[in-house]
Amino acid sequence: MRIVVASGKGGTGKTTVATSLALVAAEQDAVCFRDCDVEAPNAALFLHPVLDSHREVGILVPQVDAQTCTYCGTCAEVCQFHAIAVIGGKTLVFPDLCHGCGSCTLVCPEQAISERLAVLGVIDSGSTPEGIAFAQGVMNVGQPMAVPILRELKQWSPAIPPAACGEGARDIEIRDAPPGASCPVVETLRGADFVLLVTEPTPFGLHDLKQVAAIARDLGLPAGVVVNRDGIGDDAVGAWCAANDLPILLRIPMQRRIAEAIARGTSLVAAAPEYRSGFRDLLEDIISRVPA
Amino acid sequence: MKLAISCSGTTLDSPFDARFGRAAAFCVVDTDTGAWTAHANPALSATGGAGVQAAQLVAKLGAQSVVSGAYGPKAFDTLSAAGIAMLLAAGNEARSAADILALFQAGDLIQAGAPSHTGHHGG
Repeated sequence: MRIVVASGKGGTGKTTVATSLALVAAEQDAVCFRDCDVEAPNAALFLHPVLDSHREVGILVPQVDAQTCTYCGTCAEVCQFHAIAVIGGKTLVFPDLCHGCGSCTLVCPEQAISERLAVLGVIDSGSTPEGIAFAQGVMNVGQPMAVPILRELKQWSPAIPPAACGEGARDIEIRDAPPGASCPVVETLRGADFVLLVTEPTPFGLHDLKQVAAIARDLGLPAGVVVNRDGIGDDAVGAWCAANDLPILLRIPMQRRIAEAIARGTSLVAAAPEYRSGFRDLLEDIISRVPA
Repeated sequence: MKLAISCSGTTLDSPFDARFGRAAAFCVVDTDTGAWTAHANPALSATGGAGVQAAQLVAKLGAQSVVSGAYGPKAFDTLSAAGIAMLLAAGNEARSAADILALFQAGDLIQAGAPSHTGHHGG
């Protein structure tokens, strides 16, 4: 069971919801948590994992052997990103334009191109005190491409399997998505079973909710909504969800004490234990909505 | 000698465009005869690598020198590899490609010895 927590708009409470869902699920099930917000991962602030493994990840970029290269230009023609130019008797490679697709290596008639790893970031992994297997991607400063890091993060498998306490424990994977509605979000959603859309009842929250809900629909993924900071703004989110058959699975009211706890790095369910049952119901609701 | 000028239209009367990679077109002038041709720049709508793509176009057109307002690091490397001299003209005045040609012929343009900025793609 792979659940992605996404939002569109940043700061709606994705991580608040994802970490509390993980903590409640871990009371019974084997939970694996992937923080896919590689530009600013912050779930570790709430789950407190011991991150004892660090692996550099990136893309394979071409390097051209000048002795073998005949400057035929086939590699530059195939490159969709203008990362190679064959000009003036030289083959120039621009690694920061390369997307690592490997086409140049494939088409080179002289096999003059080999590939080297260009590091884009790190995957940190470990586990939390509750036995949640935890991994986060961290993109290097100045890098523009998150997707290659996300691909590696999705493939990461824990060295120590997550603890399963209950009888009949299920395997639950929770991915905390990046904000926005661009390639990194699509990559995070790909391969998921359910999308939990966290929004706030404001025009901005609704605008971005529509975008990510459309992506989930295009990917054929079942989805449901959590309204965070309920009570502010207006009811346009509720009306839109009703009109579009998108169920609202949980409402979390705007409360100063919740905001203060989050600011201290305390998870929602630790700060406000009365929400535990709400999150447990949320988990079971999600599982019941995924076709077997 | 063939001189390429970045411009925003396809005639010598069209305004000079100080952007290299994202110029709408390049006018290529034979400075000996005054004959010219204009070529749309396919890099105008590139998602990235516009400078590299525009530099390859300028090289393909057979220019030995080019005039623009600025050259990014990748455009600079590509034009350097092609042995094309990069000349600079300020883009803050309303001037046509023909005006730039006149400046060139008067010897009033200086050559870029290094990239003008650190690039637009990923720092």
